[in-house]
Amino acid sequence: MSDNRLAARQIELEVLRYNPETDQEPKFQNYSVPCINEWCVLDALNYLKDNLDPTLAYRWSCHMQVCGSCGMMINGEPKLACKAMLRDYPDTIRIEPLNHFPIERDLVTVADDFIAKLKRVKPYIIPGEKRVPTEGEYKQTPAQLKRYRQFAMCINCMLCYAACPEYGLQPKFIGPAAISLAHRYNIDSRDGGRDERQEEIATDEGVWECTFVGACSEVCPKHVDPAAALQQVKAASTVDWYLEHFMSWVKK
Amino acid sequence: MGEKMSRRPYVREVPPTTWYFRMPRYMRYMVREVTSIFIGIYTVIMLVGLMRLSEGPAQWQSFLDALKSPGSVTFQVLALLFALYNSFTWFNVAPKALPLQFGEDMAPDSVVAIGHYVVWVLLSIFILFWAGVF
Repeated sequence: MSDNRLAARQIELEVLRYNPETDQEPKFQNYSVPCINEWCVLDALNYLKDNLDPTLAYRWSCHMQVCGSCGMMINGEPKLACKAMLRDYPDTIRIEPLNHFPIERDLVTVADDFIAKLKRVKPYIIPGEKRVPTEGEYKQTPAQLKRYRQFAMCINCMLCYAACPEYGLQPKFIGPAAISLAHRYNIDSRDGGRDERQEEIATDEGVWECTFVGACSEVCPKHVDPAAALQQVKAASTVDWYLEHFMSWVKK
Repeated sequence: MGEKMSRRPYVREVPPTTWYFRMPRYMRYMVREVTSIFIGIYTVIMLVGLMRLSEGPAQWQSFLDALKSPGSVTFQVLALLFALYNSFTWFNVAPKALPLQFGEDMAPDSVVAIGHYVVWVLLSIFILFWAGVF
């Protein structure tokens, strides 16, 4: 770097490594990485892989907080490596794969469980009113959009699963992001699939496993506030129960 | 390709009884959960009081005297502080479960939180008035 306005900084990276072919268990490996203070942790990892140790495995793609691939534990917190700026960290940074997920290799985790749960909650519009293209588009007002917009910001980065102690203890829990996305479609004015999704999420493995620790919302890089979505699903499901048992003549 | 993939995912176990020491935010959660034990015990004391009241004036008086012991007073002060902490933290997160939309925009969280505080104060005044404090 010829630009001397950028401050050089030597960062010690303690990276949890695991090679399934040779290692019985993961162990930390330390690297001293010449960095620029304006870099993010992902830049430091990329420098490390390009120049110091090409065997290090980790996921990343967009480098701009959109793809949700580079989630990892950075000094014990679930973070996107592209959003964790070196200027906010001390000279020694500990990097581990996302908590609560099995380690495939080094910083790469097995996401199969989350993907399966995402499919279960049908995170797409199931039209309430069937139409063919010649009948025109499904219209929505700005007010109807604002009801769910926040929950549509999810990038499936799984930081909330790494933060959620409930998911760590009870892996059957469908979890914050998948339930938030189910909620996002449930409250979409164009959707009619709520009954199908409730079969999955208004259950013991769904919202009722949540004890409202709130960690998911604290770590969410896109301000989705999954904890809010889950409490809203609980409230709506409770209303459903009362309507069904005491006021069955009222149509939902 | 063609090489055999050697997959052997490593699972890190979560300690089932000490997990809440892993992060300050988990500790904060557990502290709040523990406060409800004190509120539960206080509720039981209230029920015992009702039972004593039904048994006659002498039993009611001995119940009131027991409440004035130093140990009992200490417990009640603690229970009050914990109940306040539990209530404040609950009111502050209540907006998450109750999104309000006025016209196009979602109402700020403070509207729902303040609503809870106002109802709480009004109910408290009503109960104190009813109990003859004023």
